[in-house]
Amino acid sequence: MVPLRFDFSLPLRSFDVELALEVGAETFAFVGPSGAGKSSIFRALAGLARPERGRIACGEEVWFDGERRIDRRPEQRSVGYVFQEYALFPHLTVEQNVAFGGGPADRLLRRLRIDQFARAKPAELSGGERQRVALARALARSPRVLLLDEPMSALDPHTRGTVRAELHDLLRELALPTLLVTHDFEDAAALADRVGVLAEGRLRQVGSPADLLGAPANPFVAQLAGANVLSGVGARTVNGLTAVLLDEGPTIYAADPAHGRTDVVVYPWDVSLSHEPPDDSALNHVRDEIVSLTPLGNRARVRLKLLTAEITTASVERLQLGPGQPVIASFKATQTRLLPRG
Amino acid sequence: MRAAFAALLAVTTAIALAFLVLPVAALFFRVPPGDLIGALGHHVTRDALLVSLETSAIAHAAVLLVGTPAAYLLARRRFRGRWLVLALVELPLVLPPAVAGIALLAAFGQAGLLGHPLHVQIPFTRAAVVLAVAFVESPFYFRGAISAFEAVDATLLDAARTLGAGSARVFARVALPLAAGGLAAASALALARGLGEFGATLIFAGSLQGVTQTLPLAIYAQFDQDFDTALAISALFIVVGAVLLVALKLFPWFRFASISRSRFAPST
Repeated sequence: MVPLRFDFSLPLRSFDVELALEVGAETFAFVGPSGAGKSSIFRALAGLARPERGRIACGEEVWFDGERRIDRRPEQRSVGYVFQEYALFPHLTVEQNVAFGGGPADRLLRRLRIDQFARAKPAELSGGERQRVALARALARSPRVLLLDEPMSALDPHTRGTVRAELHDLLRELALPTLLVTHDFEDAAALADRVGVLAEGRLRQVGSPADLLGAPANPFVAQLAGANVLSGVGARTVNGLTAVLLDEGPTIYAADPAHGRTDVVVYPWDVSLSHEPPDDSALNHVRDEIVSLTPLGNRARVRLKLLTAEITTASVERLQLGPGQPVIASFKATQTRLLPRG
Repeated sequence: MRAAFAALLAVTTAIALAFLVLPVAALFFRVPPGDLIGALGHHVTRDALLVSLETSAIAHAAVLLVGTPAAYLLARRRFRGRWLVLALVELPLVLPPAVAGIALLAAFGQAGLLGHPLHVQIPFTRAAVVLAVAFVESPFYFRGAISAFEAVDATLLDAARTLGAGSARVFARVALPLAAGGLAAASALALARGLGEFGATLIFAGSLQGVTQTLPLAIYAQFDQDFDTALAISALFIVVGAVLLVALKLFPWFRFASISRSRFAPST
């Protein structure tokens, strides 16, 4: 395994991508909203876009060096690139797609369980099967670096879970420097060792998925990680907690310190729902109303007017929840993170 | 009001259709099919057919060989003045064929820009027919071929490069097969236009039977001497044209870049 090192600046239409990173035998995920420059990073690494300045090197092999005027062509960089929507050649069979790069196809077709489709055209395959073909094709040339651009976005929510688990195992086994681009924090958390939050071409925070969830550097990162982000005015109370008068009305309590304007971060999976105020250790009970319910496998995302909660479908059935119902949302002061402003 | 408008639409469509079909139908009414086939055996017709086939084949092969890579470049590269190059390439489409003939004389004639220093005798030879045919048919091929290559998803070409393919291999294995339908349609239209070429050939190559007299020129030469032969050659064109159009409608991959896309009408 050879690490990939890069430090470059790439001008885009409305901002520059400025990035410096070293990626070893791990999966590094770029997470960010669309238009943050994620795919442009991949294009620069693969040689499809030319950085304005900087350096890209894979081990001792220099792929790009602005000062020394080195710029290897895409076909001379050992990159396995899985494109968004996969970009499979529609006129070639699965086998011809995988063998396009010249490497042996048989073993990979079997490894990724697509050998039964060897003679099929990409249009005949399901989203999950196409993803496996794209992976096999990218791996056929034994690349030294793997780039996965939104590998899950073309999949329906049903297959997503299984495909994610399979991809996770495959990446572990390959032990290659792997870069992943996604707008979905859940995909990043499931697949990546490290996550970099990207906005307007710059990394805002880098850490393990757990780090980012536990201590988001700013409301933007928290929102991306799927948190409820509220805002209000905080003040210290006699019992050592912070009381925050939310802009939307209710007052809630948090263990984090804050004085003055602050953002409040609560993860949906830390919010529980009930009909009556529960007699438990949670300090925060907010009266709210259900706006919508979205099932996600065995869980459901319940959107309230103020918060979003994630609970099991079993709980939804037991409580007989439905849109328009009043409910009480409860969460602990210790699970309420404060990000003071300024 | 609505009924009146519907009637108007129906009537105008009927008039347009009748106007377009009537002359073609009249051609077949005028002479029985048996006589038409007989007239095709006439020596003027046979000579013209041979000249047409030979010159069109050479001109068309040259247009395909040079035009395909050039269209790929123009479709893929964004450079300053690209719009100007595209406009120049299409210029022969809007030129009257007679002007094209004069222009070719000015370039390749004995006193012409190229003809004079090269000391070659091109006008009124079969080479002149080939040049005239290639000149008027190539914009048709260019237009279709450029849009066929533009329609190929650029991500597929990028994917091929990351898989180790150099630019020639990307062209041959990805761009060319994916644009094949559009290229075939453009090629068929250009060929039809080339076979029907008249004005530029008449001025630049003349109408010498067995040398430069192509089928359209033979129609012109025969119509006051032997109207039946002129009719027979015309009928032959209609049959070839009909076969081409049916092919364009029948094969979906062929329809890819159908004629409805071309913004300019053929200039003859």
